[in-house]
Amino acid sequence: MQRVVVPALLVVAAVMFMWAPYRIDAAPYESTMGLVQKIFYFHVPSAMTAMLSAFVCGFASVFYLWRRNPKADHVALAAAELVVVFGLIVLVTGPLWARKAWGVWWQWEARLTITLVMWMIFVAYLLLRRFGGPGSEVMAAAVGIFGMALVPFVYWSVNVWRTLHPTTDVARTLPPEMAGPFWWSVFAFLVFYAGLLLVRVRLERARAALDDAYVLLEE
Amino acid sequence: MSGWIRRAGSALVAAAMIGLPIVLSAQQPQSEFVPADTLPQEVLPATPLVFAAYAFVWLALVVYVFALWRRLGRVERELADVRAKLGPARS
Repeated sequence: MQRVVVPALLVVAAVMFMWAPYRIDAAPYESTMGLVQKIFYFHVPSAMTAMLSAFVCGFASVFYLWRRNPKADHVALAAAELVVVFGLIVLVTGPLWARKAWGVWWQWEARLTITLVMWMIFVAYLLLRRFGGPGSEVMAAAVGIFGMALVPFVYWSVNVWRTLHPTTDVARTLPPEMAGPFWWSVFAFLVFYAGLLLVRVRLERARAALDDAYVLLEE
Repeated sequence: MSGWIRRAGSALVAAAMIGLPIVLSAQQPQSEFVPADTLPQEVLPATPLVFAAYAFVWLALVVYVFALWRRLGRVERELADVRAKLGPARS
């Protein structure tokens, strides 16, 4: 089943990504920011994917702590790695947009700071899994839940605190000629994310099977 | 005493005159994007920034997919080798 679903997801995502630049190019310039606002079409979908992945990691961690199910642990670890990948894209494309739109690369305001902290929490999760030794998955699960708890703060920070960052109303109020390419990119990122998550879980399952096989070999 | 009050009053008025424009001119967060027909006059060229952003996204995703595929291939090959050593009964 997965041998069909994963290639299908990745092919759909690849086609959507290849078509995305044409749709983004056809979208109108934003009146105050001009050309640089086009970064929005990949920056925000990356952020949405990273936040979704943080939720996947958090819920899988809760399930792991509750049932000690290794499959939940594999999902949590895979999702945490994808938070770091998509979060890195957000943290690199954001400053490139800000440099032109705000005149600075970075501002220590609520949205940017909390996003950076959330990303560092998931980096800590991966470091814990890599160097924490046996039993680190329990502590990492707690870290994953803590990382997930930051997602609502990241999302609502622009509405609650005074900040330069555009508010969450932007996506909802987009005119159709901007909304089309934006939701196209969002869907491309989500399809790609689903494919990557399945592959990454498969890697973790193979690693667990390899560990078991080595134990059997030594006995 | 009245001189002190007058000086304090003048200081307050001066502070308000300086502070009010700063408060009023503070940049408000954008709550909607409005399409424009023409590209406004650019001071800092946006093209390299947009190009760098999209190039980074594509590069990061391609590198990650490549690394993931290599890791998966390595682990699955090693698993197949160990299972072959174990034999069909124990694997």
